Amino acid sequence: MNKLQVFVVLCLVSTMAFAGGYRVSTQSNRQLAMGHTGVAVVNSADILFFNPAGLVHLESRLSVSAGGFGVFSDVSYQNEQFGTFAETDSPAGTPFYLYANYKVTDDFAVGLGVYTPYGSNVTWPTDWEGSHLVNEIELSAIFIQPTLSYQLFDSVSIGGGPILAIGGVEFNRNASRSLTDEQGNRSNVAIEDSGVTGWGWTAGLMFTPTENFKLGFNYRSLIDIESTEGTATFTNFPNSPLTPSNGVQGFEATLPLPAEATVGVSYKWDKFLFAFDYNRAFWSEYEALDIVFEDGSESINPRNYKDASAYRFGVEYNATDKLDIRAGYYFDESPVQSGYFAPETPRNDSNGYTFGLSYNVSSKFSIDASLLYLRFKQINESYDFYSDPGVPVNAPFGGTYKSQALIPGIGVTYNM
Amino acid sequence: MMKRSYIKILGLLFVGTALVSCENEFDESVEDGDFYTAGEADFSNYVTVGNSLTAGFADGALYLQGQQNSYPNIIAGQLEHVGGGEFFQPLVNDNLGGLLAGGNQITDNRFVLAVDADGNPGPAIQSGTPTTDITNKVTGPLNNFGVPGAKSYHLAAPGYGSVAGVAMGTANPYYARFSSSETSTVIQDAAAANPTFFTLWIGNNDILGYATSGGTKVDPSTGEVVAAEDHNVTGNVDPSTYAGNDITNNMVFAGVYSQLVTALTANGAKGALVNIPDVTSIPFFTTVPPLALSPADPTFGPQIPLLNQVYGGLNQVFAAFGQADRSIQFSSTGASGIVIRDESLADLSQNPAFATALTPVVQGIGAAVGLPLSPAQAAGLAQVLAPQFGQIRQATADDLVTLRAASVIGTLDQDRFNQLNTVFTQGGIPAQTAATLAGQFSVNGVTVGMANQFVLTTDEQDNVADAQASYNATISQLAAANGLALVDARAELQTVAQGGVPFNGGLLTSEFVTGGAFSLDGVHPTPRGYAYTANAIIEAINAQYGSTIPMVNIGQYGTIQTSNIID
Repeated sequence: MNKLQVFVVLCLVSTMAFAGGYRVSTQSNRQLAMGHTGVAVVNSADILFFNPAGLVHLESRLSVSAGGFGVFSDVSYQNEQFGTFAETDSPAGTPFYLYANYKVTDDFAVGLGVYTPYGSNVTWPTDWEGSHLVNEIELSAIFIQPTLSYQLFDSVSIGGGPILAIGGVEFNRNASRSLTDEQGNRSNVAIEDSGVTGWGWTAGLMFTPTENFKLGFNYRSLIDIESTEGTATFTNFPNSPLTPSNGVQGFEATLPLPAEATVGVSYKWDKFLFAFDYNRAFWSEYEALDIVFEDGSESINPRNYKDASAYRFGVEYNATDKLDIRAGYYFDESPVQSGYFAPETPRNDSNGYTFGLSYNVSSKFSIDASLLYLRFKQINESYDFYSDPGVPVNAPFGGTYKSQALIPGIGVTYNM
Repeated sequence: MMKRSYIKILGLLFVGTALVSCENEFDESVEDGDFYTAGEADFSNYVTVGNSLTAGFADGALYLQGQQNSYPNIIAGQLEHVGGGEFFQPLVNDNLGGLLAGGNQITDNRFVLAVDADGNPGPAIQSGTPTTDITNKVTGPLNNFGVPGAKSYHLAAPGYGSVAGVAMGTANPYYARFSSSETSTVIQDAAAANPTFFTLWIGNNDILGYATSGGTKVDPSTGEVVAAEDHNVTGNVDPSTYAGNDITNNMVFAGVYSQLVTALTANGAKGALVNIPDVTSIPFFTTVPPLALSPADPTFGPQIPLLNQVYGGLNQVFAAFGQADRSIQFSSTGASGIVIRDESLADLSQNPAFATALTPVVQGIGAAVGLPLSPAQAAGLAQVLAPQFGQIRQATADDLVTLRAASVIGTLDQDRFNQLNTVFTQGGIPAQTAATLAGQFSVNGVTVGMANQFVLTTDEQDNVADAQASYNATISQLAAANGLALVDARAELQTVAQGGVPFNGGLLTSEFVTGGAFSLDGVHPTPRGYAYTANAIIEAINAQYGSTIPMVNIGQYGTIQTSNIID
């Protein structure tokens, strides 16, 4: 148990996100380089994440793949009416993955995956204009997925497994737009929880009508991360019966890690491999980030996300025996609806440009590298559902946002 | 060889990473120098001159957070978008705001909103030892020459910033903290700061002290509260002879103001002049209603029949003296005006016939409360009560009652009680009855007229309004003559007072405590109120000079501070 806790803590500080909402598509260096396609690409043990039905198609008895990324993101905010400006100074995130597959027979494979599909790490300057919505947020979730894969017919395989999700959250924001203590320090609420678990499952299907053409489908279920044992810390509140007291108390909140379904195809032609995935994330589960404190007070924050699609394209070219080169593009639709653009996940529709390569050190061992440049169009948006405590009138917080993220990654694959 | 080229490709990937990650700029950034325009003005050195409002005074004190949210500091922050430079203020040390002089506290700490034992919130003085000593002079450049308490002519008065003069009552402690010398004037110091742009807001105190004191002042020789002077009535144009609460003569104001504008524009600086708002719309005068007596009040309501009986007799006496309009009657169905002492009324008690006429009234009262009084006893009591009733009338909706009256109305006037009790007992009335009777004739605002300093009567309001109109005429004329922006603070405050101003997240009103615009002294704005003021000034500057200085989001600025750290 202690070991698990240590493990979890290590993972929680290292995960990170950048995609629609707090989904982060960095589950494989090889696939990220191809626009993060992969539901119909049998390439390495990474298929465990993209489509468990593909595991059984791996040629090696034992396949292992591991890697990580550095996420460097910037968000800039400005409001032209008031001349206000702020930019995030978020620490670099480091999502990672580890997959191991063992082919028991030609028709049956087992595997274990550990990966970090959700997370967010946004740090605004303390007490910035939107600090009543968020100063700092760090969300992370690590998924542990034991997997089985079985060749049902010649051209059809299936796979799946349960998922144990372990999540953590740190969230810091000011109590309101203007409340301060007697010295003028802004009143602040910080919530923190870690090691929160939830269960889900995944299942996939793969058709291989010909050697060169594959068709895949994968579904991952909703997992609710229900935080009940965390702490909420109130600081810099004035010494007054009219405001909450300083100190620590419990809170309850639920954060959904939404279900997603992916369908895709891949086609191999000579030295080229083409892949296309269509991915649908069922974000409409994320209706609100409501925090209920132990003292009975509540923080109600509608989110009203909508289901969102991603369109992914990728190509791989076997340049030489030693070198595979990859490139890709994807369009990631934001689940955030107009008027709900909260600066904790300031993400609108994005275009992802991906590149990468694998250098095959030997027939068994490869080094994989990838680079994702994620570009968000400049957008004028607002969050309209905040109101100062005790005031019935909403105080929309809006402005122009511009974001980008650069995500280089490196990993290894091993096939025995 | 092949291997090395792969490494090169890998290297290129990461170099690309470093290059791309630096660029995340807006197509048009508000941080760029040319996003907003300065128009025809040069904002590189903004200097401001004025009184407590300019200094950022609030909640009865000049404290750090208030200064940081002074309207000039807010404006200076926005001017940075159009070439504005650094803005230095004579900041105090703490958020308590009390001043020390040589270690002794000379001004009170700020008000905070505290909750009493019954759960009722109200202003209270924050406890703590302040750390700002006026003998520690502020050194270094300054941009904010706002001096709390300053009247127009003070700005041109040599010695107004003398530390030594503070103890003698001839100088201002706030200015003494940052005056360039014992003999400097505020206006000399401000002009020496060499403004390229300035704002000037002065004149409020030339009428405000008169208004908030209910048109009274303390006679220094006797310690008595007497009527303050309106020097537009006296014609006195020598401000060195003015008492603190007197109204400054219009000619004096015009002369000094013109001098100020000349000094500030001497090097070609442009600027904005802010006019004087109407004091009658600040919470200090709008919180306590003149018709404050409600029949629903459990201590007042049951007394109404008896009071009306007593005042019925008095009203007949008023009528007999040709003063029927002084009639006092309390309604048992709606709010009634408090009883006030109006110094402008003829004092009927000066006429011995008044006490005589009161005698049967007093006898009637005795009978009503089951206390038969001999004619001699009644005559004696009438003598005592005559001065109490000689100048009273019932407040009308047009009178303004000050915030300070809130804690006085309906309370026992202890001095009057002691006095009456002694007289009654000496007059042979049994002790208990004497005390009851004395108590009934000693209730402030009910049987004792509220003293002059609690009420700004309509006559006094007229004095204030006349001076204000004259000052504002001077200000707008000088603005026009010098091509300066004119900020109609009077109209802005009226808008806030009459229905309020909607903003992102609420409504800014003049309601005391809850309205958001005014701090707990009922006179000075909150940070949000100052932010609103800053916006009004920026708007006027933009209109005059064709600049595009952005305004601030007033909802981001705080209102009043809650705290139970009080004595």
